[in-house]
Amino acid sequence: MSLATKGKITNVQELMALSKKVRGSILQMLTKSGSGHTGGSLSAADIAVAIYFSKMNYNADNPSMPERDRFIMSKGHAAPLVYAIMAEAGYFHTDTMNTLRTIESPLQGHPCCQKLPGIEVSTGSLGQGLSVANGMALGLRLDKNPARVFCIMGDGEIQEGQVWEAAMTSAHYGIDSLCAVVDCNGLQIDGPVEKVMNINPVGDKWRAFGWHVIEIDGHDMQQILSALDEAEKTKGKPTAIIANTTKGKGVSFFENKVEYHGVTPSEEQLVKALEEINNG
Amino acid sequence: MGERPGTEQIDETTDASGVKKPKATRDAYGDTLLELGKEREDIVTLDADLSGSTKTAKFAKAFPDRFFNIGIAEQDMVGTAAGLALTGKVPFASTFAVFETGRAWDQIRLTVCYSNTNVKLVATHSGITVGEDGASHQALEDVALMRALPNMTVIVPSDAAETSLAIRAVADFLGPVYVRLGRAKVPYVMPDNYEFKIGKAHVFSTGKDANIIANGLMVDMAVRAAEMLKLEGIDCGVINMSTVKPLDEVALLAAAKASKILVTAEEHSIIGGLGSAVCEFISEHSPMPVKRVGVLDTFGCSGDPDELLKFHGLTAENIATTVRNAL
Ligand SMILES: Cc1ncc(C[n+]2csc(CCOP(=O)(O)OP(=O)(O)O)c2C)c(N)n1
Ligand SMILES: [Mg+2]
Repeated sequence: MSLATKGKITNVQELMALSKKVRGSILQMLTKSGSGHTGGSLSAADIAVAIYFSKMNYNADNPSMPERDRFIMSKGHAAPLVYAIMAEAGYFHTDTMNTLRTIESPLQGHPCCQKLPGIEVSTGSLGQGLSVANGMALGLRLDKNPARVFCIMGDGEIQEGQVWEAAMTSAHYGIDSLCAVVDCNGLQIDGPVEKVMNINPVGDKWRAFGWHVIEIDGHDMQQILSALDEAEKTKGKPTAIIANTTKGKGVSFFENKVEYHGVTPSEEQLVKALEEINNG
Repeated sequence: MGERPGTEQIDETTDASGVKKPKATRDAYGDTLLELGKEREDIVTLDADLSGSTKTAKFAKAFPDRFFNIGIAEQDMVGTAAGLALTGKVPFASTFAVFETGRAWDQIRLTVCYSNTNVKLVATHSGITVGEDGASHQALEDVALMRALPNMTVIVPSDAAETSLAIRAVADFLGPVYVRLGRAKVPYVMPDNYEFKIGKAHVFSTGKDANIIANGLMVDMAVRAAEMLKLEGIDCGVINMSTVKPLDEVALLAAAKASKILVTAEEHSIIGGLGSAVCEFISEHSPMPVKRVGVLDTFGCSGDPDELLKFHGLTAENIATTVRNAL
C-alpha cells in the first residue's frame, strides 16, 4: 500500500517525522553506495517532503497517471532525496535503496526516467529542469489538465544561463501551475556561492523576471506549507520559493561543510548521524 | 537570410515543360507541418525567433495556441520541447542547424535522447548553401553531433518531396529525431512513386564499378555524376541514404558487394557524417576502398550558394572525378 492512498498530509509534526525518516534513508543509502551527494540531498529534504506528501497528487501504483502532479529534481545530484521519498511513497520496495549507483539498479547516480517509473525526466546536467517543467505545464494547459508542476533547483545551479531563459518563458506564458524552489544553501562545489559566482539578490532576480517570489526558512515546515499554499493560489504568474537552507541539514558535522557536497558518511559517521537526526 | 515578408512568390510549382521547379526543403517542411497541424491536435511547434526562415511561421499563424516562440534561447527551446513531449504532445522544434545542434547539444543529450522523449528536431539552414551569412551560420558538423547520440534517428532528405514524406513519417514515429533541411531551392530528384521509410535507403541503380552513397542535395549531383560516368563506360550506381542513422546496412552491403569502390557525397564535413558512417560499417563488414566527397576539415565562408558548392567540390563533376580517380 502506498502512502498516497492515505491522502495528503498537512500535519506539521507528521511531515517533520517523515523528513527525519527520509534523511535517515538518504544517509543509509549513501553510506552503502560509498559515493553520492550528501549535503544537497539533506538541505532540500524538508521542502521535497512537503511538496510530495502535502501537495502532490500522485499514484505510486500508476506512476504515469495523467492527472498526477509533476515533480522535477533539476539538481539531479540530490537523487538520494528523491529515491528516499519515492520509497516512502511506495514506488518501489525500500530494499531497492541498497542498490543505489550499481549497474542494474533503477536508482542511477542521477535520476533516470527510462529506468525508474515516477521520475518525470532525467536530470544531472544542471540548469535544465525548469525548461522541461515549462514544457510540461504548457502541454497540460493545452489539455486543460489542472495538474501542477514542481521543480527544485540549487542556488549554484541557477548560475546556468538556461535557468534564466526558462524563467523568462514561465513568466512570458504566465505559467501559474508551476512552482519552482531554489534551495539556497549558500554552497556549491568550489565554495560559497557568493565567492564562486554571486547570485544575490536572488529574490529580486526572480521578481525582475516576472515571478511571484516567496522567501522562507526552508527548514521551517510551517513556512514551507504556507509558501506552497500561496504558490497554488497565485494566478497569472509562476511562483518561485526562495528557500534559505543549510547544506547537510540535520547532521552537525556535515552542516555548512563544503566538502560534504559529494562525500558520503563513513560507517561510524552514519551511526552518529542517525542518532542526531532521530534525537533532533 | 534576408527573408522580407511578402517577397515569397506563391507561383506555379512547375515550369513551362511541366518539370517541377526547385523548392527548398524548408519550404516543404513549413507546408507539411501546416497540414499535419490541421490533421492532428497533438502536433505542437517551437521556434527560437527564426520562424520566418524555418517556415514554422505558417503553423504559428494557423495554430497560435500550439506554437511556442521561446525567443533566442535554443537550450530552453529543447528542454521545453521535451516537457511538451512528456505530456503526450508531438513537438517539432526548429531553428538553424548550427544553433539547434550546437548550442543545445547537452540539452538534446539529456532531456531528449537519454530521457528518450518524443521530440522532433527539425533544423533548417544546414550546410554551406546557407550562403552569404558565412561560416557562423553554416552547420557542417550537425550530423556528426546528432549521430553520436544514442536513441537519435538522423534524416537528411534530398528534395522537397522527400522532405514532406519524411516529416510525415517522423510525426508518426515514436522517439527522438533530427531532420536536416536546407535554405536553398533544390531540384526534385526522387521518383514520383517514391515511398519514404525511416532507415530505408533508395537505390536508384547498382553499379558494377562504383556506387555513390549520397544524401541531401548531393543526391541530385550523384545522379548526374553517374550519368556522366556512364557515357565514359563506367558503371556507377547511386543510393540515397537519407536516413544516416540507422544506416540501411542491407542496401549498403549489397552496393559494396556489387562494386569495386564506394564514394560518399554529403554537404557536411567529411568528419562524422554520412561518409564516416559508411566507412565505419564498411571497414568492419566488407572492407574496400571508400572515398568521401564533402567539406574537408574546414569552416565555410560567405558567398553565393552555387559558387560555394563549386568552391568546396560539392559538384557532380567532382564526384565523377573522385570515382574515376579511385578506379
Ligand atoms: C551543467 C553541470 N555543470 C557542472 C556540474 C557538476 N556539479 C554537480 S553539483 C554542482 C554544484 C551544485 O551546486 P548547487 O546547485 O548549489 O547544489 P547543492 O548545493 O544543492 O548541492 C556541480 C557544479 C553538473 N552536474 N552539471
Ligand atoms: Mg547550493
